[in-house]
Amino acid sequence: MVKVGVFLCHCGRNISEVVDVPRVAEAVRHLPGVTYVDENKYMCSEPGQAAIRQAITEHGLTRVVVASCSPRMHEITFRRAAAQAGLNPYLVEMANLREHCSWVHADDHEAATLKAIELVKKAVARISYNEPLTPQPIPMTRRALVIGGGIAGIQAALDIAAAGHQVTLVERESTIGGRMAQLDKTFPTLDCSSCILTPKMVEVAQNPNIELLTYSEVESVSGFVGSFEVQIRKRATLVDHVKCTGCGICWEKCPEKVPSEFDLARGKRSSIYIPFPQAVPVKPVVDQVHCRYIKYQEFEASGAEGKKPPQCRICEKLCPPQALAWDQEDEAVTEKFGAIVVATGYDPFDPTVYGEFGYGQYPDVITGLELERLLSASGPTEGHVLRPSDGTPPKTVVFLSCIGSRDEERGKAYCSQICCMYMAKHAIVLKEHDPEVQSYIFYIDNRAVGKGYEEFSRRAQEDAGAVYLRGRVAKVFPQDGKLVVMGEDSLIGRQVEIAADMVVLAAAVVPSRGADEVARMLNISYDSDHFLVEAHPKLRPVETHTDGVFLAGACVSPCDVPQSVSRGSAAAAKTLALLSKETLVGEPTTAVVDALRCSGCQLCLEVCPFNAISTQVVAGRTVASVNEGLCKGCGLCSAVCRPAAIGVKGSTHKQLLAEVASLWT
Amino acid sequence: MDMNGGPRIVGFLCNWCSYAGADMAGTSRMSYPPNIRIIRVPCSGRVDPLLVVKSFQQGADGVLVAGCHPGDCHYTEGNYYARRRFALLRPLLDFVGIEQERLRLEWVSASEGRKFSRAVASFQEELERLGPRGHRG
Repeated sequence: MVKVGVFLCHCGRNISEVVDVPRVAEAVRHLPGVTYVDENKYMCSEPGQAAIRQAITEHGLTRVVVASCSPRMHEITFRRAAAQAGLNPYLVEMANLREHCSWVHADDHEAATLKAIELVKKAVARISYNEPLTPQPIPMTRRALVIGGGIAGIQAALDIAAAGHQVTLVERESTIGGRMAQLDKTFPTLDCSSCILTPKMVEVAQNPNIELLTYSEVESVSGFVGSFEVQIRKRATLVDHVKCTGCGICWEKCPEKVPSEFDLARGKRSSIYIPFPQAVPVKPVVDQVHCRYIKYQEFEASGAEGKKPPQCRICEKLCPPQALAWDQEDEAVTEKFGAIVVATGYDPFDPTVYGEFGYGQYPDVITGLELERLLSASGPTEGHVLRPSDGTPPKTVVFLSCIGSRDEERGKAYCSQICCMYMAKHAIVLKEHDPEVQSYIFYIDNRAVGKGYEEFSRRAQEDAGAVYLRGRVAKVFPQDGKLVVMGEDSLIGRQVEIAADMVVLAAAVVPSRGADEVARMLNISYDSDHFLVEAHPKLRPVETHTDGVFLAGACVSPCDVPQSVSRGSAAAAKTLALLSKETLVGEPTTAVVDALRCSGCQLCLEVCPFNAISTQVVAGRTVASVNEGLCKGCGLCSAVCRPAAIGVKGSTHKQLLAEVASLWT
Repeated sequence: MDMNGGPRIVGFLCNWCSYAGADMAGTSRMSYPPNIRIIRVPCSGRVDPLLVVKSFQQGADGVLVAGCHPGDCHYTEGNYYARRRFALLRPLLDFVGIEQERLRLEWVSASEGRKFSRAVASFQEELERLGPRGHRG
C-alpha cells in the first residue's frame, strides 16, 4: 500500500493569490493513497524541504507529490530532498500549479482552484505507478579519439594530452597538418602558416600521451559514451616506419613522378613520398597506384603476355636502413575510447560547374588554395608566382568571390566565411612578392567580421592598391595570351572588362569527403550540405546528440584558423569533463523490454534514433534488447510497440494512462 | 462538454520544447482557457494513439499533441514520427465519429509562450464551434 504525501506550495503569493490552497488541501486529503497533506509558503526553501524530509521519516511516506512550480524548475530539488530522507528520488512527482495554473488563470480564481485540484489528483494517480529507479553507472574509458589531424584536431589532441589523458589522433593522409599546412600565410597577421603550425605538429609527434595514427581511417564505431569500440584501419605504407630514418634518399631518387595531391596537382611528387618537407611523421609511404615495382608485381601476377614493366626498386637499393617492406599489409586495430572528437575539416568546392569561368579549361584560372601553393616557399614554384601556362609572372590578377558560395542554384546557399579575407591577403602578399602586381577583386559583399579583419581588408585596398569591384563576373575568356574578365561594377552600373594574366577563384568551403560516412558511424546528424550538426547551435556548439561525441573545426561550418583552434580547444574541454570521471551516472529513465510479451517484430529497432535496440534470443525466441548506455528515453519504441512489450521507465503506459483516467472524475 | 469551463482539452506536451513553451506562457502571464490538462511526455513521438483514444474515452472534447519544431526534436526525429502517426489516426477518428479536427498537432518551441497560449485559445474556439462530442449530423 502506497503512502502518498502531498505538499502544497504557496510560492509566496504567486500561487496562493489565485488558487485557494487550503481548499485544494481539503479536496485531495481523501484521495486514495494520500496519507499526509501539508502546505508551505515556500516548499523549495530549506524549511520547506526539511518539512518533506521530516514527513517522509515520521509518517513513513512512500511517495511524494509536490504541488508547486514547473518540474523543469525544481524537480531536481525535491528529488534530492526525498533522497536525503532515504526515499528513492524517482518516487517524487510534481503538479505544476504555478506556470500552468495560477500564472495563466489569474482572472478566474474559481477555475484555477478547480484546475489545481485536478492537477494534484492527476499527479497522485500517476505516482502510485512510479517505481524506484537507480541510474546505472557507466564505466569511463579514460582515453579519447580524435578523428582528423588538421589544426582543429591537433589542438584538441594537444589539449587533451596536456591534461594528462591518453589520446589517439587518426589521420587518413600520411601526415598531419590538414588544410592549414597548405597555406602560405594566414590572415590578418600574415604569419607564415608553416611557421606557426609545424611546431604544433612536432609537439603531437613527441607528446607521450598522443598516439599518432597517420595513413589510417576509422572503419567502424560501436558502443557508447565511456566505451566506444573503434576499429581503425592502418593502411599499408610498404615502409617499415620503425626502421625508416626519414633521410629522404628514396623520394629524391624515385624515378616515377606523379601530380602531387598536396600541391593540388600544381607540382609533382615521387611515388614513394612525403607530401611536404615538414610532414609529421617524416616517414614516406609508397603510392601503390603509381609505384613501378608494384606495377611489375601486378603484371607478373596477372600472367599477361608482352613487355614487362621495369622492376625499378631503386628506393630499396638505396635505402640505408633497408626499411622497404613490400609484403606489408593493411592492419585493422580495435581500440576502446571514452570520448570522440570529430575534426574532419573541409574540401574546396569544385569550380568546374561554373563553365563560364573556364576553370580546368584555361590553365591560368586557378583556385585560392592553388594560389597558396604557388605562394608557398615549399610549393611547386618555390614561392615564385608564375602562370601555369607559360611560367611568366602575372602582373594583373583578378579575384572572383563566392564561387559556389551564396548561390543556391549551382552551389551552396551559405557564405564560406574565409574567402573575403583570404582574397585581401592574396592581394597584399602578391604586392609584396612583386610591386608591379595589380589585383582586382570582384566581390558581392565584403565580409570582414573578426578581430582585425576590417583593418586588414582596408590594408589590401589602401596599401596593396587592390581594386574592389562590387558585382558578379559573367565570363572569362582567353584573348592574345591574356584572360579577359567580363563583369559588372554594380556600384557605378557599368560593364567592366579586365585583361588579366591570372584569374583566382574563391571556391566555396564544403565538408571533407567522407565526413557523412563518419557521421553515420557515430550516429550524429549532418545537414543538407553535409556539415555535421551540433546539439544546439548556440548553447551546445561542440556537442552532438550522441553523448561523448564532440565536433571541432570546419566539419561543423566553414571557419578560419582562429575559430578552428577555439573549436578544437572547446571540444577538448568537453572531452576532459568526461575523462575526469571514473564512472558516469546515466539517466535511469531508459526503455526496458518485457521479453515474454515481445513478439520480435523489430519495429522498435527501426524507429530508435540512437541504435540502442538490438535483438537477443531468449528461450529460443528473438526479442528486442535495449542498450541502456545508448538509450535516451525518448519512448519512440514504446509508442510503436503493438504488444506493449517495451516501456520507458518514468513514462510508462501505466503512468500516462493513470493520468488520463484521473481527469474530470 | 463542461459548460462552465468550456471544452475539455488534454494536452500531451514534449518535455523539451512544448512543456517548456507552456511554462514560458506562465512566466510571461499569457493567459489561456483553464480547461486544458497538460501531461508531460518525453517526446511527441512517445504519444501512443492509445493515449489519444483513451483521452476521448475519458470525456475530452479535444486532444492537443505538441512537440518541437521539425528539425529541432531533442531526439532528432521523434516529432516526424508523431506527424506521420497522427496524419493516419485523424481519418480513423473521423471514421469512429470523432471529428478529426478534435486532434490537433502543434509545434511549440521552448520560447514560444505566446504561440502556446494562442494555440490553446484557438483550439478551444474550434471545439466550441464543433459543439459537444457525439452530436454530429
